[in-house]
Amino acid sequence: MEILVCIKRYILAGSEFVLTADGTEIDARQLGYTLAPHEEVAVEQAIRFVEEFGGSTTVLSLGVPEAEEQMREQMAIGADRGLLLATDGSEWDPQATAAAIVDAVRAQPQAFDIIMFGAEAADSNNSQVGIRVAHALGLPIVTNVRGVSITDGVARCERVVGNNREVYEVRLPAVLTTREGLNIPRYPSVPGRIKARKKPIDTTTPAKPAAKVEKVRLIVPPNQKTGATILGNGPAAAAAAVAMMEEIGVLA
Amino acid sequence: MILVYVDHDRGTLDEPSLQALTFARGLDAEVHALAIGDAASGLAGTLGEHGVSVLHVATHAAFDDYVPQAAGRALAQLAQMTSPKAVLTTSGMRGNEVLAHAAAILDEPFAAECVEITLGSPAEVTRSRWGGNMLEVARVHRNNVLLASIPPFTVAAEPSPVACSVQTFTPELAAADTAVRVVDRVAGQAHGVSLAEAKVIVSGGRGVGAPELWGPLEDLAGLLGAALGCSRVVTSNGWRPHSEQVGQTGTKVAPDLYIAAGISGATQHIAGCKKSKTILAINIDPEAPIMTHADYAIVGDLHEVLPAIAAAIRSR
Ligand SMILES: Cc1cc2nc3c(=O)[nH]c(=O)nc-3n(C[C@H](O)[C@H](O)[C@H](O)COP(=O)(O)OP(=O)(O)OC[C@H]3O[C@@H](n4cnc5c(N)ncnc54)[C@H](O)[C@@H]3O)c2cc1C
Repeated sequence: MEILVCIKRYILAGSEFVLTADGTEIDARQLGYTLAPHEEVAVEQAIRFVEEFGGSTTVLSLGVPEAEEQMREQMAIGADRGLLLATDGSEWDPQATAAAIVDAVRAQPQAFDIIMFGAEAADSNNSQVGIRVAHALGLPIVTNVRGVSITDGVARCERVVGNNREVYEVRLPAVLTTREGLNIPRYPSVPGRIKARKKPIDTTTPAKPAAKVEKVRLIVPPNQKTGATILGNGPAAAAAAVAMMEEIGVLA
Repeated sequence: MILVYVDHDRGTLDEPSLQALTFARGLDAEVHALAIGDAASGLAGTLGEHGVSVLHVATHAAFDDYVPQAAGRALAQLAQMTSPKAVLTTSGMRGNEVLAHAAAILDEPFAAECVEITLGSPAEVTRSRWGGNMLEVARVHRNNVLLASIPPFTVAAEPSPVACSVQTFTPELAAADTAVRVVDRVAGQAHGVSLAEAKVIVSGGRGVGAPELWGPLEDLAGLLGAALGCSRVVTSNGWRPHSEQVGQTGTKVAPDLYIAAGISGATQHIAGCKKSKTILAINIDPEAPIMTHADYAIVGDLHEVLPAIAAAIRSR
């Protein structure tokens, strides 16, 4: 089973966001980078399928060359190779992102049985790249997957709706988008990290089309709160807490 | 005219869908709705109450349950037939999915999570990003129709009664459009108060220390009729189920009181609890970021503070 998982390098936001002087980007000079939960569970699921059925897992990232760091993280837990679609770090809108991924998929020598995405990107919340890729490739898609198993080439997928689960079935090849809670991703081992350094990453540099959703500026919404009223220290504050609960009406 | 995709589950209206109708009236006096399947005809009364003059019902043998791509196809075809100024929905798993399918079919941009929209060429929108911690002003360069989703609770659903006529149409669906559909449902176990609807939530983070140390949180939750919540560190350690996670990638909550015990207040956690009316933080660190988002705080060890609060409630 050949599986492609599309992942993104995210700024690891601290306790608050600070913008660049022109207000169009997050000032990331003091910040680190990370993966996001909806995509980490996709990679974990891909690795489990490869363990079950054989094959290999490829991770793809459209982003700055430093996104290699996030691809290596996922190689350390079992992804086999990487495809980097290198950009200058400026933002790509969902249509441009989907088109570049479609071109990269078509350029691969092998076909993929499953192409996976996080259900929505943690930074842009666009919820659509997976669906656009599925349409362009003529593949069926199940989104927001929180449970999945494969039998005889058919993936049985579950979505969580309130307290219940909806079941969808899709014949492979297919596109799946996943949500955190699908599984608990494994941690990388030291040998895993060492192996990851030698795994191949192919780099291409797609041309960036004009944005259809064109960012003008970012705004950090002001924190409406003015700082907590300290009710006290330690257990001695319990009486003040109960008085507060009575006042706001949560204690009958 | 603004066309709003209204979601329902086998005839039961998705209440947040009504909010997009109110939002739509702010853009144009004439609002139409699309609802999928014959079971949707019964929604005309409620939708008329909320300002919908025409309810378009897409009928097809495939529409006996939710069929995402076919719903997107029906929406795309209706948009081409009726030329609305914009197609809106309340964002959520289904709303965003159906609009993304329609956008892919129409080869149009889809502006998800818009809290403000100004129609024009290009349209200008303000989008919510980073789980609501950031806003983006953007220009949407569409070919014809503007497609956008509105985050829940951007506006409250306000009634505005009009006469609502029902118009049915049968979309042209390809076999691929109906290949993926709901084929079964698995009922979950209802245990206690649901997180999304709870009036009080007792939430624990890494500071609780271990899964077997949840007793004081469970005890206090029992006394307050509260739901249990937690941070992502807690679920990724396998201490508590993901269904209890509050935050950007967990559940977004809006209780009267949110008690955050041993939670630092990372932006992604705050994204899920900032709509709480009152936040009480319990943390050993008076400098923890949660202090700037909480209304009240107790500085101390949660394993001493929570039992003391429970005892004080019992001795009232
Ligand atoms: C894309 C993305 C999405 C994410 N989504 C979510 C999400 O949905 N929900 C979420 O929660 N996180 C999410 N996170 C993770 C988030 O960034 C933080 O890592 C997480 O919220 C931290 O959890 P915590 O507060 O329990 O742990 P920590 O940050 O480690 O905080 C523990 C706190 O406990 C206090 N403490 C320790 N011992 C005690 C004690 N005995 N008594 C009282 N206080 C004590 C400490 O002072 C500290 O403030 C996401 C991250 C990313 C990158």
